[in-house]
This record gives sequence, C-alpha cells and structure tokens, in this order.
Amino acid sequence: MIEGAIWRKWVYFYLPLALFLLFLLFPFYWMVITTFRPDNELYIAWRRPNYAPFWTWNPTLDHIKFLFRETAFLTWLWNTMFIALCSTVISLFCGVLAGYALSRLNFPFAGSLGTMIFVTYLVPQTLLFIPLSDIIRNYRLGDTPWSLILTYPTFLIPFCTWLMMGFFKSIPKELEECARIDGASRLKAMFYIILPVAVPGILSAGIFAFTLSWNEFIYALVFLSSPEQKTVPVGVVSELIRGDVFFWGALMAGALLGSIPVAIAYSFFVEHYVSGLTGSVKG
Amino acid sequence: MANVSIRKIHKHYADFHAVKGVSLEIKDKEFVVLVGPSGCGKTTTLRMVAGLESITEGDILIGNTVVNNLPPMDRDIAMVFQNYALYPHMSVFDNMAFGLKMRKFDKAEIKKRVDNAADILGITDHLTRKPRMLSGGQRQRVALGRAIVRNPQVFLFDEPLSNLDAKLRVQMRVEIKKLHQRLSTTSIYVTHDQIEAMTLGDRVVVMKDGLIQQVGEPLELYNTPANKYVAGFIGSPAMNFANVTIKTENGAVWAESPAMRIRAPERLAARLAAHDGKPAVIGIRPEDLLMANGTSPELTFTAGVEVAEQLGSEILLDLKVGTGAMVASVEPTVRVKPGEAIQLTMNPERMHFFDAKTEAAI
Repeated sequence: MIEGAIWRKWVYFYLPLALFLLFLLFPFYWMVITTFRPDNELYIAWRRPNYAPFWTWNPTLDHIKFLFRETAFLTWLWNTMFIALCSTVISLFCGVLAGYALSRLNFPFAGSLGTMIFVTYLVPQTLLFIPLSDIIRNYRLGDTPWSLILTYPTFLIPFCTWLMMGFFKSIPKELEECARIDGASRLKAMFYIILPVAVPGILSAGIFAFTLSWNEFIYALVFLSSPEQKTVPVGVVSELIRGDVFFWGALMAGALLGSIPVAIAYSFFVEHYVSGLTGSVKG
Repeated sequence: MANVSIRKIHKHYADFHAVKGVSLEIKDKEFVVLVGPSGCGKTTTLRMVAGLESITEGDILIGNTVVNNLPPMDRDIAMVFQNYALYPHMSVFDNMAFGLKMRKFDKAEIKKRVDNAADILGITDHLTRKPRMLSGGQRQRVALGRAIVRNPQVFLFDEPLSNLDAKLRVQMRVEIKKLHQRLSTTSIYVTHDQIEAMTLGDRVVVMKDGLIQQVGEPLELYNTPANKYVAGFIGSPAMNFANVTIKTENGAVWAESPAMRIRAPERLAARLAAHDGKPAVIGIRPEDLLMANGTSPELTFTAGVEVAEQLGSEILLDLKVGTGAMVASVEPTVRVKPGEAIQLTMNPERMHFFDAKTEAAI
C-alpha cells in the first residue's frame, strides 16, 4: 500500500462520511429519543442542571399509548396504507404502459408527448390543488379516500412514466425482437420478456410512488376533513397540535411509527432498487 | 426449408434511402452472406426479411409466400443477434425452449429438442444456468441453440461473431459452418468481415450504399471482381491499385504511369483498346506481385521497400511506387532491406483493369 494511504482514506472518506451520516441521522435520533422521553423531561429549560438533552434515563411508552388511545392513529395508518397502495398500483400500471409505449413504439410525436408528460410533473401541487378541489367537489369525492387515490396519480403517473421510459430504453431492443421472432406477439413479448427484465425498474418506481403518496401532505390536508378519514401526516399534525400546544411526545411517536412501513419497504427491496436506479441489465 | 426471394426492395427512413432496390434469389439450403461496410444496408435488408423493419417498396418471398405484411412470428425464421439477445431472467433451457413454448409444443417434445440442440452445441452442462454466468462463446452457442430448436425455414444471422475475441471468432465460424452442413437450413448471414464472408458463404453478396455490388461464389468474387470496390473489399491484404493511362502501340496495349509501363495481357487487349488514351486503374493482388527474374521486362516495374513485415509463411513488403503505395506478399526466403529498390513482376493472368470513372471492371 502507498505510504500515507490509510490516513488519507480516513480524512477524505470516513470522516466526511461520518459527518454526513451524523447530519442525516440526527433528526431520526431526535425523533426516537423524544418519543420515549417522559413529559416532565420534555417541557423543561435546556440549561437546567443535570439535564441530558440527548439521552433519557426514564424511557416511557406513554406517548405511544396516548397516540393509540386518544387519537385515531390506527385508522390513519390504515387510510394511508390503503390510499398509498391504491394510487401506487394505478400509477405503476399507467406508468409502465406509457413508459413502454413512449420508449418502444415509434409513433409520431412520441418524443414531444414524453416531454409534455414531464412538464405536467413540474406543475407544483400547491397550484394544482385549486382546480383539483373543484373537480373533487363536483364529483362529491371530498372527505373520501378516493379523493386522494384519484388525485395522487396526477403527479405519480408522470413520475413513473419517466422512470420507466429511462429503464425500458436501457433494455436492448433485440431481446424483444428475438421474442417476436420466437413466436410472441408484441403483448406477449412485453409480458414474458420485457416486464420480468424490468422488475428492478418497476420496483424502484413503485417504492418511490408509494413513498411520495405516503408522505403527501397538501392534497390530504385540503381534500380530507373528518378525523377518521385522515392520513398519518395530516392526522398527526392536525390532531396533536392544538392551538399553540404541541404534544411533542405523541407527535414524534406518530412520525416514528408512520415512517416504519416506508423504511421496511425500502430495506426489503433495496437491492432491486439500487440496480433499478443504475439501470443495469446484463445480457 | 425454403428458398428466399428478395425482389427490388427499398427502404426509406425519414430522410435516408437505406436500401435502394436490392434483388436476390436465395436457393433452398444455401448459405448466403451479405457483406459490406457499416451503413451499406445489409442489416436493414436482413431485418426486412425477418419482419423487424417494414418494406417501403418491393417484395420478399419465403418459400412461395409473400411475407411483406406477415409479423416476424409467422415467417418461420430464426435470428441470431450480435449481442446474443438472451433473455437474462431465464435459464439456458428456458431461453432455448421459449420459442417452442410460444408455439405450444408439448413438454416432452420441447425437452427432446432442447436436449438435442444442447448436445450438438456442447452446452448440455449449462442448461440450468442463467446467461450472465456464461462466457461470450457459450452465450453465442445458446443463441444458436435457440435458433435451431425450432427447426425454422430460414436462419438469419446479424453479425453473430462481432462481440467475440479473434480466436473464439475463428472457432465459432467453423462451428456455424459445421452446423449448416449438418442441418442444411437456408441461411442469410450479415457481416462486415470479408474473411467470415469468404469462409462461410456458398455465395457472397457485396453491398455498398444500399446497392448490391456483386453476387458470386467466394472465389468468383476474389478472382473476377465486378468493380474496383469489390476488388478492394475482398481479400486481405487488399488489392493494390495504381492509376494508369491506356496506350495502344503496334497492336499491343500498355498501361502507363510515371512509375511503371506494363503490357496488358492478350485476353484483355481487345477490351482495353477501347479505352485508348483514357485513364484507368490497374489492380493486382499482393500475392500476384513476384520478385522479377528478368524474363518479362514488359511486366516489370521498380518499387522502393519501406517496411518488410515477416509473417513466417510470407513476407509483406510495404512498397512505394511512384507517388503511390503497394503491398507485395513474397516468399519468406526473399532477403530485402527497407530503403532498397527492387524489381517486381506482375502475374499477367491475374491483372485487373477498372474504368477510372465508373470503376467497373474492364
């Protein structure tokens, strides 16, 4: 090994990595520690003697119990899961088909259509919810899960379409041509050859879409009003901040429990997910 | 098995005329090679036969059926691609069985055919593996296997050996040849490598700029090229060319340039006489340049040796002739040094003349 290479690696690689991890993980740590810290430690002055802000010797489950007993947290969790899954399935279905068509079928204006779909993704949600709320009201969908299941695809489909377009382009077109010579129709070639090969891309798009709809705030805030219809992000914020009183412990417990399903989804598919992003298909 | 007729086919892309009226009759059991530089339309022609590109104009018949509007699956063909195009998520067995499954063969028959093909190609041990676990040569064998299990009417090969290293390419070339001798399936093979074309083809089709330059058996192309392009394309090292002027004197025809004055052979004299006083191109292959022994001064010229490449079985001499360059392939016993001026004689039986303007053979 070259002399000095070890300390170089520490200084230029491990140290920045450690700082970055610290920066990245601290909010999560804060969330966890606040969840388990009793109220009498939470609402005290920082400079009090013997106060350890980064640790607690009296962990408690009070906040979690409060969350389950005093709020409709389980209902929110179920609502969020249902809405996120439905909108992800709809968006994936449309996104995969659209992405395939835009990248593989050479029809006129395919390129400009792709760009237009991308442009719709760029319209900010903070503008789009105004006309959408009008539509939701006209179809009497307000305060139902369908108001979100049908509006989330407005930003999820363009997203999935673009991700899948890029992924389909990385699959050699000979695979499909060979399948078609082997006796498969275009549809069969897509189902037997292209989709199985595109699984990493589909999984990435799915995880992204799921996370985006799981965390979505504005539409959920605008379209849902009764507490039992709410999703986790909106429910936690609207029910646990009463006026200027912040129920910090329960808020953090809600955030922690709300992020666990997403974390599980990520860790479960992480390998596929990484290869999906790098678009590696090996013959 | 079937014959293939390609009748005056054209392919227009938006702003590019890729294939300009190609006609070709391929007999049953024949192995035809399309060869030419990239962009010459050979691959486009093959893809039109496969049904992967639409035909702008003209007809393609497989057997006696016009297949212009048939989708690839209904043409009863098999194609081997340059990048193998193996299905990465399937085992070798499933890769080879896919076409049979799509055509609803029963399981026992599929197994029989795949095992048989795997046996022919020597990949029986790899049937359960995924393509990514195989080497380049093995992958190409699987691709060949996938083509032969279906027992199609026509095999199409699109530069199947281009991704292999030089040694493996020679080996697989021989295997493809053996395979054809064994199965006798009508085959169309596209390559840019003239050696592959010469060694594999029953007939070779040389293409350039979307047009067929010449169709013939390998030696026919080598010995009697139809034009300067074919002459230069077929053969390695390539044929030497020199610009000359044709002059008729006392019944003899001479090709003259500042560097040489060569008497044209009798068999060409009559045709060359028509070009009296006009520019032409003389073509001679490296092995047809002999060290002069003083017997035929009318076929001899002087050249300066620039580099002598010892190949063991022969010596390649890079020569300077006037302002041009030539390559001569001489006996390994010849002793010459760079910078030396030598006398070379052309073999009169093997001289070629081309029209300077049309480049057609005279």
